[in-house]
Amino acid sequence: MIDHNAPLQLSPAQLKSRRARNIAIGLAVGFFCLLFYVVTIAKLGVAVLDRPL
Amino acid sequence: MAVLGQSDVLASPAALVSIAEPADYLRLLKPRVMSLVVLTALTGLVLAPGHLNPVLGFASLLAIAVGAGASGALNMWYDADIDALMRRTRARPVPSGKVTREEALSFGLTLACLSVFSLGIIANWLAAGLLAFTIFFYVAIYTMWLKRSTPLNIVIGGAAGAMPPLIGCAAASGTVSAESLILFAIIFLWTPPHFWALALGKTVDYANAGVPMLPNVKGPERTRLEILIYSLILAPAGCLPWLLGFGGTVYGLVALGGGLGMVYRAWQTWRAPAHGVAMRLFGFSILYLFALFAVLLLEHAALLLVAR
Repeated sequence: MIDHNAPLQLSPAQLKSRRARNIAIGLAVGFFCLLFYVVTIAKLGVAVLDRPL
Repeated sequence: MAVLGQSDVLASPAALVSIAEPADYLRLLKPRVMSLVVLTALTGLVLAPGHLNPVLGFASLLAIAVGAGASGALNMWYDADIDALMRRTRARPVPSGKVTREEALSFGLTLACLSVFSLGIIANWLAAGLLAFTIFFYVAIYTMWLKRSTPLNIVIGGAAGAMPPLIGCAAASGTVSAESLILFAIIFLWTPPHFWALALGKTVDYANAGVPMLPNVKGPERTRLEILIYSLILAPAGCLPWLLGFGGTVYGLVALGGGLGMVYRAWQTWRAPAHGVAMRLFGFSILYLFALFAVLLLEHAALLLVAR
């Protein structure tokens, strides 16, 4: 029987690879945000926010 | 590697947590195929009429590369069963147990959607549509259907690998130019002799996996003849950019020399049925295609610099 309340015991290998995956995902998301920021400036121009209200 | 039975998994929920490293996910993208896709797409992009902002050009190229990687991941998801039976592919992340099939499928679909919609926003929707079609063609038409059903699998499936110059051109100009269609034709004609040379050396592997490659279905002699015929068509096709004026003198010399090299090695393969000869043709074919596109790209890059 599975004890659903028992804490999940991960092996050192699982912990190490999970940390590496988390860092990779973080870097990828960060790069993606930066890329779209730069693309937005490139498409709309540096004066994108310089508009009359 | 320990194989977990269903009862083990049920008894230990921790066993469900993956041990895959980021490098395993990177391998799902087939980085070597991706590098050739980047080169051919960049050539199509640089040769395209009009001007594209370098930032948008870089971002478009990245989207095309990720789209190609997504195709690779989806291919490894679907082909995990036959990859496990072939020596060349059994160490891939899915058959080796590092990444599950479900993870490869989710990863591939996520990247496919991300790359297509990103390219649509960054460049235009023609380029995005062509990228979506390429992923669909490679995964659904080639991987799921043709690969396991006909010895013409890589002849028709080669169209997917030939698409990057068209996508690059569409991203830069919003149209598909005659030049990019010629680049498409060169890759399309290059694919059969390239893959059949490999298949000649891997007949046992393909037989074990039940993949109907030409040497397994029609025999090695017929395959060697087909390789020679395709190389005889490919060599003059490779010279077309030079003959039509969008490839310079250096390109012309490389295309002539490389084309003669391809025909010579194909002729050697036809005359001498030895494993090593076919594998040398396989290696040379990669160098030949790389050289054609690299020279064309460098010539245009030099012209752009001189024009400034």
